[in-house]
Amino acid sequence: MSTAIESKETRNYLNAGYDLKSWLLTLDHKRIGLLYLFSISFFFLLGGLFAVGIRLELLTPPGDLFQSETYNKLFTMHGIIMVFFFLIPSIPAVIGNFLIPIMIGARDLAFPRLNLLSWYVFMVGGTLAISAALMGGIDTGWTFYTPYSSTYSNSNVMVTAVGVFITGFSSILTGLNFLVSIHRMRAPGMTWFRLPLFIWAHYATSLIMVLGTPVVAVTILLVGVERMFRIGIFDPALGGDPVLFQHLFWFYSHPAVYIMILPALGVMSEIISTFTRREVFGYKFVAFSSVAIAVLGFLVWGHHMFVSSQSVYASLVFSIITYLVGVPSAIKVFNWLATIYKGSVSFGTPMIYAFGFIGLFTVGGLTGLFLAAMGLDVHVHDTYFVVAHFHYIMVGGAIMGYLGAIHFWWPKMFGRMYPEVPAKTAAWLVFVGFNFTFFPQFLLGYLGMPRRYHQYPEEFQIFNVMSSIGASVLALGYALPVFYLVWSLKKGEIAGANPWGGTGLEWKTPSPPPTENFEETPVVTEPAYSYHKEEFELVKS
Amino acid sequence: MSSHSAHATAGHPAALLHQFDTADQQKDASTLGMWLFLITEIMFFGGLFIAYIVYRNAYFDSFVAASHTLNIPLGTFNTTVLICSSLTMAMAVHSAQVGNRSRIVLFLVLTLILGAAFLGVKVIEYADKFEHHHVPGPSFQFTEGGNPKNAELFFSLYFGMTGLHALHMIIGAGILLVLIFNASKGWYTPEYYTPVEMFGLYWHFVDIVWIFLFPLLYLLGGHLPPGSGGH
Ligand SMILES: [Cu+2]
Repeated sequence: MSTAIESKETRNYLNAGYDLKSWLLTLDHKRIGLLYLFSISFFFLLGGLFAVGIRLELLTPPGDLFQSETYNKLFTMHGIIMVFFFLIPSIPAVIGNFLIPIMIGARDLAFPRLNLLSWYVFMVGGTLAISAALMGGIDTGWTFYTPYSSTYSNSNVMVTAVGVFITGFSSILTGLNFLVSIHRMRAPGMTWFRLPLFIWAHYATSLIMVLGTPVVAVTILLVGVERMFRIGIFDPALGGDPVLFQHLFWFYSHPAVYIMILPALGVMSEIISTFTRREVFGYKFVAFSSVAIAVLGFLVWGHHMFVSSQSVYASLVFSIITYLVGVPSAIKVFNWLATIYKGSVSFGTPMIYAFGFIGLFTVGGLTGLFLAAMGLDVHVHDTYFVVAHFHYIMVGGAIMGYLGAIHFWWPKMFGRMYPEVPAKTAAWLVFVGFNFTFFPQFLLGYLGMPRRYHQYPEEFQIFNVMSSIGASVLALGYALPVFYLVWSLKKGEIAGANPWGGTGLEWKTPSPPPTENFEETPVVTEPAYSYHKEEFELVKS
Repeated sequence: MSSHSAHATAGHPAALLHQFDTADQQKDASTLGMWLFLITEIMFFGGLFIAYIVYRNAYFDSFVAASHTLNIPLGTFNTTVLICSSLTMAMAVHSAQVGNRSRIVLFLVLTLILGAAFLGVKVIEYADKFEHHHVPGPSFQFTEGGNPKNAELFFSLYFGMTGLHALHMIIGAGILLVLIFNASKGWYTPEYYTPVEMFGLYWHFVDIVWIFLFPLLYLLGGHLPPGSGGH
């Protein structure tokens, strides 16, 4: 096959085969990463369309566009698609899949077949979720709270639940594959403390995927069984306890937020060190803070249940541990700032996303502390304050991280640069649009507007209109990259192996990389981010 | 790539996959992967165990009464059968280590027979529950003490946990068939018997789950007379 390829183009993973089979049956982690990229982009679009419905309805105080049932379905499908089919797989399954083997100097993940299987599993789950939407949707909220989901809802709970259940296994397989690869596939000399922080972040993420996902899987399985056979695990009418569902659900779903944000934190360390040409300040602290966030994340689920009949002493403990999560998170932010301080900062598009991320993540994190305070939480529980808080983390944090990562490694993935001007414009649109969308929701929530209603009192209209306008700007910011990134595939400037002057192994192989990643297995001799030395030598010569 | 094509020579399963440098690395990766998989299984069953413990505390009397209707002799028999099957499985792995092909097959077949025996006894037990209307659902009846609703919860969890366990046994039996077939063709040698070893880990894990299920469902509170109430 390789003889058929034009001689001017070097052999790489993209031109290793052009037929459908070479994509659908590929065992190459890079191609699987791209399969995920296309699929989750589709789900992002779908989840975004549901959000459009929500924002249109909320333009006016009365519920005049959709009936309340339809509105319930809109926000439920928005949440389910975005959480399970976009945010959770986003950075790990696309960027992680593509980069982890390259960053550790391996030819592939430890289990390439399992990796491909995980994509198929994901697609089966996703197809079920979409068919549930087509059959009329689901209205339980993305949290599937019982006994509404298990007994009373007349929407397509079963199909959706099976879809989410199945997709969980793709997450488990990915996490397992990453953990084994990071443990066993590192190149000679790539010690634990020479690993890029992106890898540490994914290690922590994978721990959560492997330990948490099975619990939500069995929980959703129980909801399904309860719906089908009318047994009463969670239904109080049958002796069950709906709060048990909340415990089991949040045992996974709080850590799941860290599945979404930890990889973005890892991306930030890479971008910031590259664009300031400095070693990440306090490498070990940043590395261990990822693990600390993963571990602590398993001990805080009760902060979702301050008003769910949980004992006040339990709530107290959950509240305190939740505050503790702020410590490793703040360590990261301060270490990045220390890295930027006195670095030679260049403002490429990825760095704009990084600055945006630091700001939004900080706001999201601090308001998380508000919500962890038991007294204040009673006031803002189930209001738009909560909605704004988790969108600052999941959209402001995770999606900014994802977009930053896409831009940062785009030249590596496709060998071409994206055009800088439209990319910067999009980054600014995302940042401004995001704040316009979600900052007013903090105010709405504090003033007492509850979430999940399609109508609201007139005095809240101004903030809701702001939010809807902001959402349009945000949508524009998300749509722009689709055009210029596709354009860049053919017309972009040729990137070369190392367009940013980065130090990671991924920059030491051609762009796009060959199928086996490296011509020969690299040997690592120095820590990650050894920029100073390099420049020092440059000055000397 | 020269180093590359050297790996991919034979279609033999023992051949080193291209992403690994050495056979040891390949085996280490499989072993770690298997352990991680088993940890996910523990978390999966863990949710059910938590539910059981919570409700056992909440509805103690009914759970004890319902537990009394389980057949302890059959449960004990099945426990013995499973422990024996773990032994034969360990023997199969050992035979693979020393490269005794016919004994690998023999012990794998013995493991399969014991597994099937366990499932057979389980069928008898389940049939008994149907006869006594102890299967959760519209026809559920429970007159042996406690609150029937809560006893129904016990049986929901009983069927959920033992059913999930039995499902693991059935999947295990399917894999055993494949292993037996491959072993009879002489695929497993002292240099390469990773599938046998990994399946051994899985099989022991499934046994251990039962070792926890048996006392939890059948034995705990067995010293209490039905309906006496311990709380
Ligand atoms: Cu939480």
